[in-house]
Amino acid sequence: MSGILVIAEHRQGQLRESTLEALGAALALAPAVGGEVVTALLADEPEALAAPLLTRSPGLRLLAHPELKEYNPEFYLPALADVVVGMAPALVLLPHSSQGLDLAPALAGRLNLPLVTDCLGLEWDGGALTARRLIYGGKVQESLTLKPAATVVVTLQAGAFAPAPEGVAPTPEAVRLTDLAPQHPRRFLRQLAAAVEDVDIAAAEILVSVGRGIGGEDNLPLAQALADALGATLSCSRPVADSGWLPKSRQVGTSGKTVRPKVYIALGISGAFQHQAGMKGSQTIIAVNKDPRAPIFSVAHYGIVDDLFKVLPTLTAAVKA
Amino acid sequence: MEILVLAKQVPETAEADLEITRDGADVEREDLVYTINEWDNYAVEEAVRLKEEHGGAVTVLTLGDEEAEDVLRRGLAMGCDQAIHLNDEAFLGSDPATVVRAMVKALGGRRFDLILCGVQSADQGQGQTGVLLAQALGLPYASLAVGLKLVEGGLVITRELEANTLEEVALPLPALVTVQSGLNQPRYVSIMGIRKVRGMAIEGHDAEGLDLAGQVGPEAACLAARRLSLPETGAGAEILSGSLEAVCARAAGIIREKGGLK
Ligand SMILES: Cc1cc2nc3c(=O)[nH]c(=O)nc-3n(C[C@H](O)[C@H](O)[C@H](O)COP(=O)(O)OP(=O)(O)OC[C@H]3O[C@@H](n4cnc5c(N)ncnc54)[C@H](O)[C@@H]3O)c2cc1C
Repeated sequence: MSGILVIAEHRQGQLRESTLEALGAALALAPAVGGEVVTALLADEPEALAAPLLTRSPGLRLLAHPELKEYNPEFYLPALADVVVGMAPALVLLPHSSQGLDLAPALAGRLNLPLVTDCLGLEWDGGALTARRLIYGGKVQESLTLKPAATVVVTLQAGAFAPAPEGVAPTPEAVRLTDLAPQHPRRFLRQLAAAVEDVDIAAAEILVSVGRGIGGEDNLPLAQALADALGATLSCSRPVADSGWLPKSRQVGTSGKTVRPKVYIALGISGAFQHQAGMKGSQTIIAVNKDPRAPIFSVAHYGIVDDLFKVLPTLTAAVKA
Repeated sequence: MEILVLAKQVPETAEADLEITRDGADVEREDLVYTINEWDNYAVEEAVRLKEEHGGAVTVLTLGDEEAEDVLRRGLAMGCDQAIHLNDEAFLGSDPATVVRAMVKALGGRRFDLILCGVQSADQGQGQTGVLLAQALGLPYASLAVGLKLVEGGLVITRELEANTLEEVALPLPALVTVQSGLNQPRYVSIMGIRKVRGMAIEGHDAEGLDLAGQVGPEAACLAARRLSLPETGAGAEILSGSLEAVCARAAGIIREKGGLK
């Protein structure tokens, strides 16, 4: 088995950046793995989406079928299973996205292939894949070496791999699929934008952001007091929005908003990857957490290791002084 | 409606001081406190709500050691009717595909209208088990549900995509759905509630009884080696030190300066 198959992702008529990252990972591994790097792009009109790949992917398979316009595993699976079986690649790479999470286990299960998900680093040594990933909310790193297998399916964390550079000119192989038989009638209905917002946290210059460490809705006034003293906006991590303590529109992260304020103050937020991805571009990050090993401190510029309930009143007073 | 819900016990690690065992194979578990996986808690709540609204019964299933029975008791206290425990040291070191194989065996052809579980577990975060189980049982599925509606002919699932985008998909029943956090507000479980279900029978299975001896655990898993380490923190943050007042005065100065306040 040789070669690497990359599965492209698109939404709303655009190829997703995560595709280029997966392709970047494939190109970096290709010399060790051997064989060709092929990207499979499944869409109703793949030609219209392929432009970024036409200068980056050494091999390109364009699979066209009206049912492939939106992602639906019922149509993606039979189409991809044929590609994987036909190419017999050593690796199949996908983004660890809402699509990858939905598709990769089904593909691996269907073809009985080993699967490693949410990887941050990959190494190939003499036919064996070693994958690096984070567990326990980012507090521990694990390095997994797989037993030799004909094909391994791997999903990649967003932002972990550099996007593929330009520099090749593939001859795309276009296939119009005719008989694409779904196993079940799962149907795509529509895409929606999330609920309307009370404030746009992405526009704030200073964000006071609270995590599960704030303990409950009743404690929010403590954070609001700091925000008021600074003319800042209140934002939050996912569990705070899940619990309904703050509206969903205040959530920072992969499934919320990406923010880049001048100052981001993280209070009782552990710094899981999905949160970091939404705030690590902030100009200055100050984290308050009682756990000195909380992952948030690896992206923060300044840290206070203490109980936020002690820090908040004192900090608010100091700001007002 | 017959519903199956999968629930896993995981250590609470957000505030724990995690250490790696000397052989690098695991974290030191002695001082850890265990709880139900956050995502599975939402799945159990949804299962019980569906039963309360539409009738039927809920079965909660876990694969884990003796202690993991707590997750089943908690599920029963929330309103589940039956519990299945796959409990055998032989299961240790299994990968998700192997875990799923054991689950399929334990279910032994029982039919459910709906299977629910969390999107991922808070410990390993692989996000594989639910969809693998759907595939093994030949069921249609949808992952990352933040909305679930029972309609004529099946379900409408709202899936969470990236960056504030959602999608709706229609599923026929029977089906499997993986649940994202925030789907509902899980009910509170009191110690009294758990005491009340202390006497309820739990269906137990081991590898041998499932005819899986030698087909689970590390030999059956796709992994040849697994090594844990504490991640490098990189440059990391400058930790402000001194008295609380001094630390806060310094932080206030930094915020004012970097935030462009006078
Ligand atoms: C598909 C998917 C998408 C996701 N999208 C997002 C997203 O967009 N945004 C997001 O935030 N998460 C997201 N998550 C969830 C993410 O994985 C984490 O579960 C979440 O970010 C954890 O939030 P937290 O840091 O507030 O809570 P925890 O991880 O529970 O951390 C709480 C922290 O507070 C500290 N603490 C507790 N009490 C105190 C105190 N008194 N003083 C000081 N510190 C204290 C603790 O030490 C701990 O570090 C997503 C997950 C999935 C699977």
